[in-house]
Amino acid sequence: MSRGVRLALFGVAGAGFAAVLVIGMTGLPDFGSYHGVYGQIIDGIGVTVRHGTDLITALNFDIRGFDTLGEEFILFASVLGIVLILRQLGGERHQPHQEESDEHHFAGASEALRALALALIPSVIAVGVYIVVHGQITPGGGFQGGVILAAAPLAMFIAGRYMRMRVLAPHLVIELGDVIGAAGYALVGLSGLVFVGIFFKNSLPLGIPGHLLSGGQMDVASVFVGLEVSGAFLVAWTHFLDQALLIRSGKQS
Amino acid sequence: MTVLQVAVLVAVAVGGGAVVVAPNALRQALVLGIYGLALTMLFFVFQDPDVALSEIVVSTIGLPVMVLLALRKVHQQEGEREEDSS
Repeated sequence: MSRGVRLALFGVAGAGFAAVLVIGMTGLPDFGSYHGVYGQIIDGIGVTVRHGTDLITALNFDIRGFDTLGEEFILFASVLGIVLILRQLGGERHQPHQEESDEHHFAGASEALRALALALIPSVIAVGVYIVVHGQITPGGGFQGGVILAAAPLAMFIAGRYMRMRVLAPHLVIELGDVIGAAGYALVGLSGLVFVGIFFKNSLPLGIPGHLLSGGQMDVASVFVGLEVSGAFLVAWTHFLDQALLIRSGKQS
Repeated sequence: MTVLQVAVLVAVAVGGGAVVVAPNALRQALVLGIYGLALTMLFFVFQDPDVALSEIVVSTIGLPVMVLLALRKVHQQEGEREEDSS
């Protein structure tokens, strides 16, 4: 196809797209106006019936907990895919990773950066745990807190000490975290089926809105999702890091 | 619409364009991180702190690690191939 034909084709398609877009835009409701009935119902029952002050978490982990189950297994399956694709192949070999010698120092890992990264680890863990357990009260929850928690061992890698990151977060531990989190969230749903008769219906005491232990199953679900997400991210990162730092093609020795 | 909302909308539009026109993959990864921050501000200004938190953890912690490590691996393999052919 010549350049002229391609441009003509783009002209026709672009003009059509622009026309549809403009027609669609003119029919939009005014900026800031909201007429969704579902949202207004959730707004009304979130605190009074479900005892969670963060309605997004109330939706994710209680009212539409079933949707989150699907999302959680999307993450689980994609991490499985990463593990499968980035595994060590027959023609590849492990190269010992010399962190003490100068030539293998991670670019820019100065003493100051190393000290800062190590000093950050406790506070990163504290922020991560806070975000996970306060999901039903303030913005946040299992997913956000889980990624922050996963960043704590990663700080060890930023400090230029990948082998020590693997000591801090060994393969078995992060894989177990991923699996227990995923299974635990499904069990939260099953507990509703067993104790109240409906999958993902809350069966735990609701507590006082705004208190740490409130919102019934939201807190438990949030902790399991946090475990799964931090495990999943660490498994994915560890496989990327293994590929980038340790595994070489076997042609030259 | 407030001035702040207009400002973040412009920042997201400019940032998205900047990611596309970035000259090479490494710079693109860095510009993508800045674009992620602009998106975070967008969600925050439009009153969705939950999504803002998700966006900031994914765009500043989750994604750059994977992109940068994948780039490192690609460069490594290109280097090995050149050594093989020479």
